[in-house]
Amino acid sequence: MHVSDFVKLSGGKVLTGEYEDREIVCGYTCDLLSHVMGKGQADMAWITVQAHMNVIAVAALLDFACVIIPENLPVDETIIKKAASEDIIIVSCEQTSFELVKLLADAGVPSAKKG
Amino acid sequence: MTMIKESYPVKADDMTSAGDVSARIKRQMKQLGIPASVVRRVSVGTYEAEINLVIHSDGGRIDFEISPEKITIRVVDQGPGIPDLKKAMTEGWSTASNEVRNMGFGAGMGLPNMKRNADEFDIQSTVGVGTDITMIFNI
Ligand SMILES: Nc1ncnc2c1ncn2[C@@H]1O[C@H](COP(=O)(O)OP(=O)(O)O)[C@@H](O)[C@H]1O
Ligand SMILES: [Mg+2]
Repeated sequence: MHVSDFVKLSGGKVLTGEYEDREIVCGYTCDLLSHVMGKGQADMAWITVQAHMNVIAVAALLDFACVIIPENLPVDETIIKKAASEDIIIVSCEQTSFELVKLLADAGVPSAKKG
Repeated sequence: MTMIKESYPVKADDMTSAGDVSARIKRQMKQLGIPASVVRRVSVGTYEAEINLVIHSDGGRIDFEISPEKITIRVVDQGPGIPDLKKAMTEGWSTASNEVRNMGFGAGMGLPNMKRNADEFDIQSTVGVGTDITMIFNI
């Protein structure tokens, strides 16, 4: 699955504007950054309610496919700008994390490997 | 032969620029064509160390050195030091404030993540003096 497929499937909104499409090879959801540092893999879709600068730093360092924000939680304009400048795609969705995981899993996206 | 040798200061309590040093180091590794798996491990170790400087220390620096065989990251701060290293190295143990916990830090996994990702890991700490961590990553 590609990020564009996920956007269509979820009805989510890409906050960071135009993007170069990329494959999602696995998914993970967690709001503790050290757990994400431990588990994160390149090309991973990361679902988190955290929407601050450090989330972008983690996503950029580990080369994630996208950051998915559930429940239409607000994301600051400065965060969106920073993400766009680092080529990080942020997708904002109406669904809960639980529903978004199901969506990805049903579409065949596997979980990030055990750390 | 040393290809790169640099030192970057890291300020205490500065959450907005936390991660900048790790990002710079990652960029340099990529430019030199270091393998992605090594870049990933160094990035995890450096980021965890950088966050600890910001949220736990009185400020410090990160030294970064690349030779053809290995990457060395040394993290030195000016205090306050860690009273019980064994506890600090335990997964899940953390003294992080509620404020940084609400941002998703303080899982107590930073030092264990550093140790797991580095090929060699050494930590020395003296209360009132500071903490000194060396991580070596074989290329
Ligand atoms: N540079 C440091 N200076 C002082 N104390 C530190 C430093 N690094 C780590 N510690 C102590 O060790 C604990 C565990 O660190 P870590 O494993 O990174 O977890 P966390 O940062 O999530 O608390 C911290 O909560 C803190 O008490
Ligand atoms: Mg830490």
